[in-house]
Amino acid sequence: MSLLIKKPGILTTVQDLGRYGYQRFGVNPSGAMDRTAARLVNLLVGNDETGAVLEMHFPADVVEFEADVVCAIGGADLTAEIDGRPIENWHTFAAHSGSTLRFKGRVWGSRAYLAVSGGLDIRPWLASTSTNLAAGIGGFEGRRLQAGDRLAINCTTGIDSKLLHRAVSPSLIPYYRPFPTVRVIAGNEYACLNAENRELLEKQDFVISNNSNRMGFRLSGAPIKCESLAELVSSAVTFGTIQLLPDGQLIVLMADHQTTGGYPRLAHVISRDLPLLAQLGASDKVAFHVVDVKHAEELTAEFEQEMRFLRIAALGVETRSK
Amino acid sequence: MINDEVRIYPIGDTALTVEFGNAISLDLNQKAIAFADYFLDHPFPGFIEAIPAYASATIIYDPVVVRRAMQGNAFSSVTSIAKDAVESLAIDSERPTRLIEIPMLSNDECAPDLPYVAELHDLSEKDVLRIFTEREYRVYMLGFLPGFSYMGDIDDRIATPRRETPRTEVPSGSIGIAGRQTGIYSISSPGGWNLIGRAACETFTPKADAPSLLRPGDRVRFVLAE
Repeated sequence: MSLLIKKPGILTTVQDLGRYGYQRFGVNPSGAMDRTAARLVNLLVGNDETGAVLEMHFPADVVEFEADVVCAIGGADLTAEIDGRPIENWHTFAAHSGSTLRFKGRVWGSRAYLAVSGGLDIRPWLASTSTNLAAGIGGFEGRRLQAGDRLAINCTTGIDSKLLHRAVSPSLIPYYRPFPTVRVIAGNEYACLNAENRELLEKQDFVISNNSNRMGFRLSGAPIKCESLAELVSSAVTFGTIQLLPDGQLIVLMADHQTTGGYPRLAHVISRDLPLLAQLGASDKVAFHVVDVKHAEELTAEFEQEMRFLRIAALGVETRSK
Repeated sequence: MINDEVRIYPIGDTALTVEFGNAISLDLNQKAIAFADYFLDHPFPGFIEAIPAYASATIIYDPVVVRRAMQGNAFSSVTSIAKDAVESLAIDSERPTRLIEIPMLSNDECAPDLPYVAELHDLSEKDVLRIFTEREYRVYMLGFLPGFSYMGDIDDRIATPRRETPRTEVPSGSIGIAGRQTGIYSISSPGGWNLIGRAACETFTPKADAPSLLRPGDRVRFVLAE
């Protein structure tokens, strides 16, 4: 019972919701870039939302099923087809042993997530199945998937008809768009920006540069200056931290960020809006809007309340496993 | 603990940083590590992890669990918990530090920048190694790579700035210096520190439950293995 990678995608890795608890040892969290999508596709197929999924970029893989399973794809729309039949994102579908899944073209978004019922059988490393590409550890042999890789699927009872014809309520799907305004909270060094530079942070459109990846998105825009700032000693950073580089450009730290950094932290993207950012690619645009941390938290609480209802409906449990 | 200059601020809606200062010093680092360690024994509902750095510590938390447990805004609740923790800490509450001896190779292959460092300071290579191994270093923090240790402080006589052009691949175990810092590339990676030796033991073992040989606050002594 497995998935066979017939033809590899450009960057497909096994991810979950990240490896937390070991950052004091420099072990960075990794994990899915669009965690909301990873959670939703898992719940759709009856898995705990912390389960391992495939994160795919375009061009994505050609996958052959060697088991009868229920699957779901979410996140970017890469025109999935199973045996030539189109698959709609956020809807479950049946894959039979011998079926082939292909992705025909990128409609929008940068990262699609595939979950299979029963879940991928990946041995966790430090309590997570995420792939740490820089260290070459975790996930499937610590690397991106290659032709001929076989990913074992946990024992399932075949196609469970209860799981078919399921779809995610549109209210839970992030409001993805190619030019989002992403909400941020002010970072500690935001205070060093004068009015003019604050305006540059909040009023201009930034372009995601080519030099962007799972570690961070480099943005290009009119340069920003931080006034009278002493050099900072390194401290912890997070997924979503927006740092000011010495040349006045910004970098947003993404899922594969290092644990610590020493550049000025102008802002931090709020959790609720990270999926919007995670789906952007080179030459897409983004703008920032500053909100306070209490508001950011309320947005998270509101979303998690909806997720709780979905979890109860999908799995019959109120809280996730970890 | 003296807490006049302690600052607490959010670094996202799931994390806050407690900053004891902005310098590389034993005192500030002891506070940061003692504060982070406090939560290993006193986790609160929603606590995920605490990350000590040079002069600060960061708490990662799940705001939904904190809000449910504390009946209010999570950032405010964790801020009060952090303030209480700062109050309750005494400087001697740092756990006993460990002394780790690391065998060090310094042949040509393992120490490609040793000639440069020696020349820069008008010393013999032997003197550089003698000065380097003479003192004990403190692991201020880990970061950059899984298991990469930021240690200090290096004797001024051999302190050397980073290379202008970083190497695309530094072999794992390499011992580098950058300014007054030294560190061990726990895994192979690109890097710009000057390499003056290589650890003859593994400092990061992925398969182990505790994969990193070094922990924040450890004392390290390098012992020439040749």
